Formats: sequence, structure tokens, C-alpha cells
Amino acid sequence: MKRWIGIIILILLFGVLPQVLSRYYVILLTKVLIFAIFAMSLDLLVGYLKLPSLGHGAFFGIASYFIGVFSTRVANSFWLNFPLAIGMAVVVAALFGLLVLRTRGAYFFMISLALSQMLWGIAFSWRFLTRGDDGIPGIIRPEIAFLPWSLQDPLCYLYFVLFFFIVAFILMYILVHSPFGHTILAIRESELRMRTLGYNTWLHKYIWFMISGLFAGLAGALFVYLNGFVSPTSLSVAMSAEALLMVLLGGAGTLIGPAIGAGSLVLLEDIVSAYTERWLLVLGIIFVLVRMTTPYGILGLLGRSEFKRQRKHEGIGS
Amino acid sequence: MSFWFVQTLNGITFSMVLFLITAGLTLIFGLMRVINLAQGCFYLLGVLIGFSVLQSTNSFLLCLFFGIVAVGILGILMQRFFLFHFQDDHEGQVLLTLGFVFILSDLALLIWGGEPKLLPKPPLFEGSVEIGTNFFAIYRLIMILTGILIAICLGLFIGRTKMGALIRAGADDMEMARGLGIRIPLLFTAVFGLGAALSSFGGIMAGPLIGAHPGLEWDILLLSMAVVLVGGLGSLKGAFLGSLLVGLVDNFCKVLMPELGLFVIFAAVAIVLAFKPTGLFGKL
Repeated sequence: MKRWIGIIILILLFGVLPQVLSRYYVILLTKVLIFAIFAMSLDLLVGYLKLPSLGHGAFFGIASYFIGVFSTRVANSFWLNFPLAIGMAVVVAALFGLLVLRTRGAYFFMISLALSQMLWGIAFSWRFLTRGDDGIPGIIRPEIAFLPWSLQDPLCYLYFVLFFFIVAFILMYILVHSPFGHTILAIRESELRMRTLGYNTWLHKYIWFMISGLFAGLAGALFVYLNGFVSPTSLSVAMSAEALLMVLLGGAGTLIGPAIGAGSLVLLEDIVSAYTERWLLVLGIIFVLVRMTTPYGILGLLGRSEFKRQRKHEGIGS
Repeated sequence: MSFWFVQTLNGITFSMVLFLITAGLTLIFGLMRVINLAQGCFYLLGVLIGFSVLQSTNSFLLCLFFGIVAVGILGILMQRFFLFHFQDDHEGQVLLTLGFVFILSDLALLIWGGEPKLLPKPPLFEGSVEIGTNFFAIYRLIMILTGILIAICLGLFIGRTKMGALIRAGADDMEMARGLGIRIPLLFTAVFGLGAALSSFGGIMAGPLIGAHPGLEWDILLLSMAVVLVGGLGSLKGAFLGSLLVGLVDNFCKVLMPELGLFVIFAAVAIVLAFKPTGLFGKL
């Protein structure tokens, strides 16, 4: 029941609010939605597999760069570039997954960071393809033939992104509640036991990793069309760290938590940037404060039942 | 021939700097099971603090002293007041150090500004020596010697002293060590401070060659991660050999194919990991 009220509020929020907001806030709201998709995709790893990846920006950035390079050099077609960009993110996830899933704990953390930095290094120094530090400007949102409105209008693009957000949310919701999702949770709790029961745990994790990469790629593709510009920042560790903070801030292990975290952080960045250039400093302080005070994020503060159970399970506060 | 000789020596020079940072990283990890992502920041802060001290006192020795002590204290404070509260939550501690990377590097940018800085060489080690037919800067030779000296000292410290024995005991079986009355929390704080100080030492030592610029903390952190990924965490021997490998590969990449720098190093890391997921000497 509570969930439906939430959904109705959200529909009203996105149905009415953008009509009255200025262009600037429409774009900001679009950004919130895109980062919500990104944070949820990362949470598939952080929350559902306890794999704290510090390189999730790699999938986000590779999709952005693919569209950036392809649409300025080959053809600016939505039906060609958009699926290919997401496919590219999945391919990268498939390659990275082969390496990172061999490792655990501290090594996972390092190798995910290292691999994404490797892509950052390529984007930074392969000037012929990526124009290095300058980035690729002038990426135009393509027209989609059967849509009655043009995506150039920020409001239309907001609803375009909202559509993908809802689709992604529903798909991830189905996924985490499917038998596959439950198997993943069981692997998180005890991989050894699942292996003994005859599950191919590696394959489960590998496919889960690629799915996570897919949604991150979706977010990256939507983001590059929003900005019309891509630079190595999309691949940077700050990007990955920000996504990780969104997940932790909202509450890992749920889907709605990271979305809330993404919303809070994007809005906060907007507010802070208006007053000072020290956003990274503020980001770091929030990061530390969040870790020091709320182990289960905003949702944990609100006392969501999942977290109470989890807390009981781990024997915290008892 | 001379090209290969000189570049090999250059690579080894950088290897020694890497070793100082990764020795800290690996000591901290060996005992606390925490990757200190702020290790690159400690490096950067060491150079910057040293730079300020050098400007006001003009003494390289004081610069070295204050740089190391200040950063060591910073590490101790950071461990004692923040990481300390997450004794068993290793992942939480790593994320905390990540938060500190942003805080410290942005503060450094605020205080010292964004222009690149180089420390002047100590006047005693100016000039170069002739080895065979090649000229080689004395300072680089001193760096190599210092690196080897520190490696030996650290090895003796861990392997031969009482403090080292305590650290090894804590790393092997913490509960047992604690049960025997070893003050593990104190040890944690001390080792974290030592790690930070080592990183800062590396920074100041390389100050006349690499200096400091914004973003350096990440470059340094990534290279030292490549080192521990290759060499394995928690082993000084792994850190030393890994540093040699990464330092040499990095140097030859920079000279021969600068666009591919990081890519080649992490391709090498990938190959090692494909065969041995915990690195060559890792214990995890």
C-alpha cells in the first residue's frame, strides 16, 4: 500500500512539476533520473553481491564515448548508436568481469578501480579518437522517426529519460525478485554453500555483473545526449566514487535507496556549486559523515524494515 | 646500449619511490586488512608540506623531517578518530579513506594552488657521475641507495625487532594476539602512521624529479595499486619486486610509447591476475 502511494506521488511529481519549472531545473531533474539509473545499476553489485566496485564509471563512460565518437564521425542515428553503446558497455563488462570476478575483497576494490582508470587513461591520451582532455563536443540528440515531438526540447527529453528510468526500474525490480535474484542474494550470504548445492556461482555472478554494466551503459548513453558533450570526466574515479556514495547514502541493497541517494547528491551538488568551487571537498566530507553516522543510509534512518532485519541479522544494536 | 642502461637506472629510481608507498600500503593491509586509498594523498601532502618548509627554512633536512612527521601525525589522527570506529568493517574503512582522498586533495588544491611544484635538489647531491660512458645524476643514485636501505631496514624491523614481531602476530591471528595482551588498537594506529610517513618520505625523495601537481595523488595511487596487484598484498618482498617491475615497465612505456602508458601496465597486471588472482606473493 505504502509503495503505491509513493508511486502516485512520483507520478504527480513528474507529471506536474516539470510543466511549471524553468528549463534549468528540467535539465537538473533529467540528470537526477539518469544518475538514479546509474546508482541502481551499481547497487546491483554493491548491495546485492557485496562487491563494492570503484570502477563503475567505466561502463557509464564507455557508452558515452561510443555515442560521442560514433555520432560525430559515422552517423547520428538513435537506432544505431543507442543499442550499440549499451552493447559496448556490456562487452566491456564481460571483459572486465573475467578479471574482477576472480578476485575478492580488497583485490576486487583495487582491480575495479585500476581497470576503469585504464579506460580513463586511454580516453585521456588517445587524442585521435577521443580528443583527449578537450572532450568531444557537439553531440546532437537524434530525431526519432515515430515520436511526435522533438527531443531537442528539454521537457520532451525529460519524459524520454523518465520512460527509460521506469523501464529500468521495473526490469531491475523483476530481476532482484526473480529466482535469479534470490540466487544472487544467497551467493552474497554464502558462496561456498551455494557452490556445494550445485550452483554455478561464477556464472551467476558473471551474468549479474554484465546486467549491471548494461544499466550503467544505459545511464551513460542518456547522459551524453543530455549534455551533448563527453570528456574523460565521465570515466574518472570521481564519477565512480560519486555513484558509490549515492548508493551508500540512500541505502545499499534496495533499488529505491540509490535513487534517493542520487537525487539528494545531484541536487546538493547543484546547490553547493552555486556557492563554492570546493564541491569535491564537500563530497569527501559527506562521504565521511555518511560512513560515520548512518551505516544503512537514508532508508536506514527512515527505519525501513529490510534494514531492521539486516541489523538484527548482523547483531548490531542488540 | 647506453639508452637501455640509463633508462633502466631511471626506472629503478622510480621503483624505489613506488616501493616506499606500497610498503606503507602493504604493511597497513597486512595488519588491518584495509587498503589505504589516501596513500597517494599522503605522498602529495608530503611534497607540498616539504615545499613550504623548504621555502621558509631553505634546509632539505628540515623539509624531510617536517614533511614526514606532519604526514605521519595526520595518518595517526585519521586512523584514531575515524577508521578506529570501524574495527571489523574493513570495507567501511576503505570507503572512509576514499572520502579522505577527496577532502585532502581538495584542501591541498585550496592551500597550495594548482600550479606544478618541484623541490630543489639538496645542494650536496647536485651534479652527476660517470658510469662507464654514461653520465648519471648523483641524486638518482642516492634515491636508489636510500630505497634499498629502507627496504632492508623495514625487512629487519618487521622480521627482527619486537615491534615487528607484534605486527606479524597481529597480522597472523589478531584474536590470539589480543588475547595474549598485545595492544592491537595501538599497533593499528602506529602502523597506519608509519605507512603515511613512508608515503610522505617517498614523495619528498622524488620531489626534485616528480614534484607535485593536482591529480598526482591518483596517478601515484594507481601505480602503487598496480604494484600490489602484481606483487600481492601483505608481503614486503612482493611490494619490492612488484615496484621494480612496475617502475621499469612504467619508465620504458613513458619513453617508448607514451600514449599507452597506463594501458600497458594494467595489461601486465591483468596477465598476472589471470594466472594468480592474489598476485605473485599475496596471502589473502
